[in-house]
Amino acid sequence: MTMALVDLTAREHLARLTAGELTSVELTTAYLDQIERYDESVGSFLHVPRDQVLERAAQVDHRRQRGETIGALGGLPVAVKDVLCTRDMPTTCGSRMLEHFQSPYDASVVERLLAADAVILGKTNMDEFAMGSSTENSAFGPTRNPWALDRTPGGSSGGAATCIAARMAPLSIGTDTGGSIRQPAGLCGVVGLKPTYGRVSRYGLVAFASSFDQVGPITRDVADAALMLETLAGHDPRDSTSIERPVPAYSQSVERPLTGLRLGIVKEHYGPGLDGQVEQAVRAAIDVYRKLGAEVREVSIPHGRYGVATYYVIAPSEASSNLARYDGAHYGYRTDQAEMTAALSRERAGLEAAGDTAAADALDAPLVRMYRRTRAEGFGPEVKRRIMLGTYALSAGYYDAYYLKAAKVRRLIRQDYEQAFQQVDLIAGPVTPSPAFKLGELVDDPLSMYLLDLYTVSANLAGIPAISLPCGLTDDGLPIGLQLQAPHFEEERLLRGAHMYQHETDWHTRKPPLL
Amino acid sequence: MSQPYTTIIGLEVHVQLATASKLFCRCSTTFGAPPNTHTCPVCIGMPGALPVMNRRALELAMKTAVALNCDIPRFTKWDRKQYYYPDLPKGYQISQYDLPMSQDGFLAIEDPKGEFEPKRVGIIRAHLEEDAGKSMHDEAAGTADSQIDLNRTGTPLLEIVSQPDLRSPLEAKTFLTELRLLLTYLNVSDCNMQEGSLRVDANVNLHIDTDAGQVATPIVEVKNMNSFRAVERALAYEAERQYEVWQETGQKLGDVPKQTRGWDDADGVTRGQRHKEESSDYRYFPDPDLVPVVFSPEEVDRVRAALGELPAVLRERLAREYDITPYDADVLVNQGRGVVDYFVRVAERSGDGKQASNWVQRDVLRAMKEQSVSIDALPITPDSLAELIRAAGQGKLDSSRARDVFAQMLSERQSMDEAVAALGIAQVDESELVALCRELLAANPQIVEDIKQGKTKAAGALVGQAKKQNPNVNPARVMELCVELAGQM
Repeated sequence: MTMALVDLTAREHLARLTAGELTSVELTTAYLDQIERYDESVGSFLHVPRDQVLERAAQVDHRRQRGETIGALGGLPVAVKDVLCTRDMPTTCGSRMLEHFQSPYDASVVERLLAADAVILGKTNMDEFAMGSSTENSAFGPTRNPWALDRTPGGSSGGAATCIAARMAPLSIGTDTGGSIRQPAGLCGVVGLKPTYGRVSRYGLVAFASSFDQVGPITRDVADAALMLETLAGHDPRDSTSIERPVPAYSQSVERPLTGLRLGIVKEHYGPGLDGQVEQAVRAAIDVYRKLGAEVREVSIPHGRYGVATYYVIAPSEASSNLARYDGAHYGYRTDQAEMTAALSRERAGLEAAGDTAAADALDAPLVRMYRRTRAEGFGPEVKRRIMLGTYALSAGYYDAYYLKAAKVRRLIRQDYEQAFQQVDLIAGPVTPSPAFKLGELVDDPLSMYLLDLYTVSANLAGIPAISLPCGLTDDGLPIGLQLQAPHFEEERLLRGAHMYQHETDWHTRKPPLL
Repeated sequence: MSQPYTTIIGLEVHVQLATASKLFCRCSTTFGAPPNTHTCPVCIGMPGALPVMNRRALELAMKTAVALNCDIPRFTKWDRKQYYYPDLPKGYQISQYDLPMSQDGFLAIEDPKGEFEPKRVGIIRAHLEEDAGKSMHDEAAGTADSQIDLNRTGTPLLEIVSQPDLRSPLEAKTFLTELRLLLTYLNVSDCNMQEGSLRVDANVNLHIDTDAGQVATPIVEVKNMNSFRAVERALAYEAERQYEVWQETGQKLGDVPKQTRGWDDADGVTRGQRHKEESSDYRYFPDPDLVPVVFSPEEVDRVRAALGELPAVLRERLAREYDITPYDADVLVNQGRGVVDYFVRVAERSGDGKQASNWVQRDVLRAMKEQSVSIDALPITPDSLAELIRAAGQGKLDSSRARDVFAQMLSERQSMDEAVAALGIAQVDESELVALCRELLAANPQIVEDIKQGKTKAAGALVGQAKKQNPNVNPARVMELCVELAGQM
């Protein structure tokens, strides 16, 4: 196959745009055409307003032609996960609850993209409210892995990862609460970066678990991720948890290799449950670092084994609270009220006819019935499961044993990382225990699905930055991801370390057979 | 009738803090705007919106807490209190649960009429939280039609919880009056109960002395009291009701779940509110969208230093420094800082605290009421009033003339001299006065006779006549002269 325009990286596009060799309209059209060709089978996008997108591209071109100063992403198409609020596109969060919801404002990161003159290409599919690891929990149908259409792309940012893998967008942004950027990036053979908690504003990111959620880039290679992070990162006075700290010029430094790198491998990572081919690929990647002169040291994250359990107590607790607002009263889905009122009347009449006045009196008040039905109809099973888990963990009598205990373990995991990073500069390991599984394979086995987050949740619990990058293919041709983790706010180190590997390997240039 | 029980009362007061904007967003807190116009994605709980704490609200809360003698812990945090209601658009209220911003304080109260012993009422805690919106229900027709106004949603509230230290409806009312006064002195709230900026709930039960020892009745929470008078009435009613119920049923604390009753002001009764189907579990947990707040002891000291003089201290100082009774000091202080400042100036400039107090309490307060103006807008400055008091003290004006002058100054916005001139008041020459008295005595031999026989009061009849002939005469001097001259006749 010849090298097509869509095979170039964002940085290569940007060079051509800046040199006047390419217009944003031409570039955007190429990706829109790619979406038309492949998205029916992949299902990356929930919303692509073609005319609106091209109009925006034309505006950027026009301004560039007039010699105006253009932002850092001038004319580059960017796909946005549908959990980030956009004023001129729907924001559904993959949920029936918000199927027809229109946000009155742009998320801070969307504002930043627009200020950098990016062209927002559309909104990408995801597990409902970012809860899931396969994008099968979307109310609007699953996304498929471009490397094997009968397999999952991972999740929850499945649409954001697949649109990069299938060359339907040069850049995309996802969100990562327990691995939702890194896991699909790993399973789709692309690069996904979860920044330090507080590095990127959460304002306008529809909350799943507020103390974990972070926005980050999904890209074809590490240099593109650096370019993108530079635009996304920075303090936002509208987000109290965003940190006021200067943003390094990641795109300037990314190509500079780290010297004297001390690379940590976590001894607890390599045990039962880790797929042999994945382990082999990750060990081979670590050998690449050895050859580059890195000193590889074993470190321990002793409390990491409690990571999944800790995460699946705290994250659902926060979710149960964050999702309380979807009650049908103010916006979003509401149950059919006429039908509901009629049903209540029927029930009452039936009970009264049977002489059971006590049961008739105990019927829901109309408001309560409206809440119940709205939430029963508007949420999918996984969201309901997590709301129930979280509600339970926060209930009187259980709070100390679950939420509070988990909060303490979380602190221990954070301390484990602090100690490990006294000995090493970066930690390397797998992203997922196994490559992409078949669609439907784990739908009825939520526990196994949760355990797939084993290697990714620790970074969210500790709040540290982590990146996933392609490091191999299985015998079946499925991508394998390498995860690197760095101390808080060391994204620059993380990106430089990741780029060193990509400089020596070509996994990130491989294309799915679909293309 | 002496009652065989003691009433035990604790109060929960919600105070809207007088910030320009809401607790976690920049929307205005102004009362009375068209429904849902003071709203934004944050306060109406739109997906993705995040709260950012309003520093000013924290400052006002801290000021109040320090004035209530509370401890200010170094560390405080925000928690979510979760329940479903349409006027709570996020499905949770941001409040403070286990680490409130202040705790363990007190407010001293005293009844000027001495109906109860002065006491310190404990403050368990004072914490910040956001207000909910307003629901307006039209339940008249069977088809309920409810509307929600979210303008109030997110307005900063300070919840002040007292210990159950109050022993009578009067004590409760006095506590509230003193609290409102304190809040007014601190300028932290407008305390307008009609607009809901001050709301009171009460927990009340009885300790009844029986032959078998003391018995406590079940605690009842009383809501829906819209004035301090209503609080007093509701509590009095509730105490009697509980006593009657106890006599009928013998129910003790712990026998029945805590009940909530609403006060019906028109009918003068409390009524049981519908039981919630399940006991409420608010599932409090730390709000992950907000960062904890850390206070340094220096910050607390700065707030303390900037409090200014508070009512209790002020009452004592006024009584001591201006030689007025504690009762008068109380009346003045209860009028608020503006009136106190006015009084102090008048007292200082006139050199007569008692007269200053009399004039302010009687004439100034009446004038303010009649003209419905605040003390700052009163046409008579404290310096002018002091001048008037001095003139009266020097005998240049008798008291009734002085009040005429005051009325003239007030209505015509004149200085004292202008008013005196306008009223034609002139000092009467002593020889002129002597001549007038001689003339009157000559015309009234019977009165001269009476005076001579020691009935000096008879001279009083001549004062009126003298005033008729010359309104400027000093009545006291007329009396003196008449008695003296009659003796010589």
